[in-house]
Amino acid sequence: MILVGVLALPALGALLLALLPAHLDRSARWVGVAVTAATFLVSLALLDGRSSGAKGDWQHVDVRWVPAIDLRFHLGVDGISLPLVVLTTLLTLLCAIYTVHSLPAPGRAGTMLALVLVLEVGMVGTFLARDLLLFFVFFEVVLAPMYFLIAVWGGPQARHAATKFVLYTLLGSVLLLVGLLTVYAAAGTLDMVALAHAHGSGIARSTQGAAFLLLFAGLAVKSPLWPVHTWLPDAHTEAPTVGSVLLAGVLLKMGTYGLIRVALPIVPAGAERFAPLLAVLAVAGIGVGTLACFTQTDLKRLVAYSSVGHMGFVLLGISTLSEVGVQAALFGNIAHGVITSLLFFAVGGIKERFRTSEMAAIGGGLAKRLPRLGALLTLAAVASLGLPGLAGFWGEAFAVLAAYRPAASLDRTLYLTLAVLAAVGAALAAAYFLRMLRSVVAGPPPAAAQHAAAVPDASPVELLAWAPLALLGVVLGLYPALVLDLTKPAVALLVTALPG
Amino acid sequence: MSQLQRIDYAAVAPLIVVSGAAVAVLVADLFLPLGRRALSIWLALAGTVGALVTAVLAGTGPRRTFCVPGTTLPGGVRTGTSCSYVVDHFTVLLTVIFCVAAAVCLLLSVAPVAEDRLPAGEYGFLILCSLAGMITIAAARDLITIVVALEVLTLPVYVLAGLRRGDPRSAEAALKFFLVSVLSGAVTLFGVSLVYGLTGAVHLDRVAAALAQRQDLRHLSLTAAAVLLVVVGFAFKVSAVPFHWWAPDTYQGAPVPIAAFLATASKSAGFAGLLLVLLVAFRPYAFVWGPVLAVLAAATMTLGNLVALRQRHMVRLLAWSSVAQAGYLLVPLGVAAGSGGRSDGDLRTAGAATLAFLSLYVAMSLGAFACVAWVTRDKPGNAIEDYRGLVRRSPVVAVALAFFLLCLAGLPPGFAGLFAKVVVFRSALVGGAGVLALIMAVNTVIGLYYYLRVAALVFAGPAEAVRPAMALRAVAAGRPRSLAVAAAIGVTVIGTVVLGFAPQLVISAGNLAGLP
Repeated sequence: MILVGVLALPALGALLLALLPAHLDRSARWVGVAVTAATFLVSLALLDGRSSGAKGDWQHVDVRWVPAIDLRFHLGVDGISLPLVVLTTLLTLLCAIYTVHSLPAPGRAGTMLALVLVLEVGMVGTFLARDLLLFFVFFEVVLAPMYFLIAVWGGPQARHAATKFVLYTLLGSVLLLVGLLTVYAAAGTLDMVALAHAHGSGIARSTQGAAFLLLFAGLAVKSPLWPVHTWLPDAHTEAPTVGSVLLAGVLLKMGTYGLIRVALPIVPAGAERFAPLLAVLAVAGIGVGTLACFTQTDLKRLVAYSSVGHMGFVLLGISTLSEVGVQAALFGNIAHGVITSLLFFAVGGIKERFRTSEMAAIGGGLAKRLPRLGALLTLAAVASLGLPGLAGFWGEAFAVLAAYRPAASLDRTLYLTLAVLAAVGAALAAAYFLRMLRSVVAGPPPAAAQHAAAVPDASPVELLAWAPLALLGVVLGLYPALVLDLTKPAVALLVTALPG
Repeated sequence: MSQLQRIDYAAVAPLIVVSGAAVAVLVADLFLPLGRRALSIWLALAGTVGALVTAVLAGTGPRRTFCVPGTTLPGGVRTGTSCSYVVDHFTVLLTVIFCVAAAVCLLLSVAPVAEDRLPAGEYGFLILCSLAGMITIAAARDLITIVVALEVLTLPVYVLAGLRRGDPRSAEAALKFFLVSVLSGAVTLFGVSLVYGLTGAVHLDRVAAALAQRQDLRHLSLTAAAVLLVVVGFAFKVSAVPFHWWAPDTYQGAPVPIAAFLATASKSAGFAGLLLVLLVAFRPYAFVWGPVLAVLAAATMTLGNLVALRQRHMVRLLAWSSVAQAGYLLVPLGVAAGSGGRSDGDLRTAGAATLAFLSLYVAMSLGAFACVAWVTRDKPGNAIEDYRGLVRRSPVVAVALAFFLLCLAGLPPGFAGLFAKVVVFRSALVGGAGVLALIMAVNTVIGLYYYLRVAALVFAGPAEAVRPAMALRAVAAGRPRSLAVAAAIGVTVIGTVVLGFAPQLVISAGNLAGLP
């Protein structure tokens, strides 16, 4: 019931907001906060029924939907799904709170929040689905609302960026569909739990290879993996803050989650065959993302490219096919979701105040001019560059560690080389973030900024929306077991499916 | 001979209702006062709804009528009793599709008829005549009945396409459609006559039996030629490439409700005939028509989508999009190209998939045309640019149009389009036609681009060149709102949403009773 509730609440909320008459637009924001808060609380109740060390789903719903195509409305929650679901509901709540403070042009809070809630349904549904087609249905639900969120509430080039986003991701999702149906045609079932238990038995090796390639291509676009990442910087730069936060915080995770949940356990032979390819592309992504960051002059683009690098670490972890690697990937997913969302909130706050996110135009001395905003940006950037003690560290450190010792069936020399390259990438990430902090936060304020004393520091509503993320960034850094204890048993179950 | 006399009137009841209504409309029109002409459209609408209700009440039997006793065909092929007119799941589902499409088109026609831009009586009469042909083709189980039904449903549409009197485009639309239909009808008839000459049978089940059992026919290239000629005739009807070129001009020239009728009801009738002929009569020759349809499917969707990218006229855009959708519709049949896709089970899946996609497509496409009909009343030019900022003029219609376009692109929130896509991909991959699935995957992405372009334009701000004052004047010049069009939009939205959540209704209902 809780599983259905966590989807039904935002769906009904979206319907309510869409039908709300225009003159009640002001109260729409409070409706949005109420609905997302309720959804967040319900998603916490998903913990109910969990015994410590629970391996499989501890709650599930399974009813027929479209028998003619074997589609079932099959949901479940386990240690892999739960952290991502809670991250989603939390970020959506924070976005709704943030909307109370600031609404990008052209306004219309009701419509925008309705789209955000539809997004939430798609994101949460993707993480809970236990039927391949249902997974695909939810995967598709996010496309249209995110398109309109970027195109309507975004910057001057928003339409172009949104179109690029939606075409890339649709190409990904149709390839995903073809891959999922290839699995279905070979195995005769869409039940992800049964398929994962079968460990690919009953599917020919060549079919597994083809299916993995299709799933991989489809999910890689979303993650995003180099070289299909190019939609991401554009989309982020033009998207409104709320769009950027959800895009970076959750949407990218749908790709990596899909690899872990679908591609690895269901077609393990294919995964084994193409894991080195995934690893090489992941490290290329780390390299490209990192190097591109050095040439960026725009804060939003900088954070966007840094996302490409961070997601490279997550994908590298997955590509090792080992328990440590997958754990690192899942932790990296959550950490990146928390930290990058905070970064986008902070950068969005800056852009709203200075009407630009060009570093040169903002000038330095943010720490003096806007101490609270400057502090948050610093914390987020430092967490993002992987300082030990903050959330960003564990995912990347473990990913490199896992690459040092990948699954036995993989080529160790290749992975060693990749581990070294990835470590260099992590070091370079520190360099560009410090460079960014030096030019924006530190130093004296520019002379022109003297008369700009009118720029206000972070408001209480903004702090309310941002503080939970800052707190989580620290807590996860000091106590990573919070997530790892949840994911460990589920990953152990999954990794037994993997070769080696 | 006694069997000939026994007619199952329940089976032909929808046909009787439609024909009766057609005559009633024509007669009533003579006595209606000039200002009340629109009443005859409502009368035609009542006939359509009556036929729909009758078809549902008569049930899915199967009811067989107009039967002939078993005999021995040339070549020693023994057959049992064969019937020309069968009502089963297939027939009822298609009859419902035809009636709904005709009803929505009639709703869209109320205002133009009331404003005397179209003649009332003839209009209702012709639509009902065409509907009678469609209902017949869904129930027909012999080649002659199929050809006759095809002519009956097509003839009235020539006249309807040319009804915008004084508009040369409308005349061109009618003429093009006329020439293409006559040609394709003749080609089909030629193919049918060859099939009869070869097998000595016209009933679909008998043709199938003869083709399956007689090895001498297999070695005759004439048999393959006969099969292909019949396919070509239907390819014109469903506007498959390279027999598609009439569609955009005809849709654009015809009144919008008739374009909707052509894109939905008429196209569905073409697919009904195609499915019957291929899956029942020519089933043993799937190795001949399978590859042809696979190529047709790939070419049709690719060309349709690519040309649609460049359209500036809304109805032309929808016309090219309907060409592309016809390509998707051919995919399940094209699966028979591979030897893995030719088992009875695969062909049954293919038939069910085509019908499911067809039902969902008709719902979405009717909705899109209904929204276009609404906008046409303000902006008869129908340029895509006219849809800019529609959300400020008619917010509900704007949202509905965006919804239908996203559905056609296969994207949620309307699950109808998504499931249509899934059903076709599923039949392709289960049948082993991976290449066709990949071609369709790329096409889906191209399709999204042009659907989304219009959907986004609907919500866009005004272009710099247009001053608000001018925009206001343009609205003021528009015709009064039509409740009938609003009702059509409402019906299609509800239908599409319901089908999105319960696609089971149409996916399983389409199983052909004639298939083993």
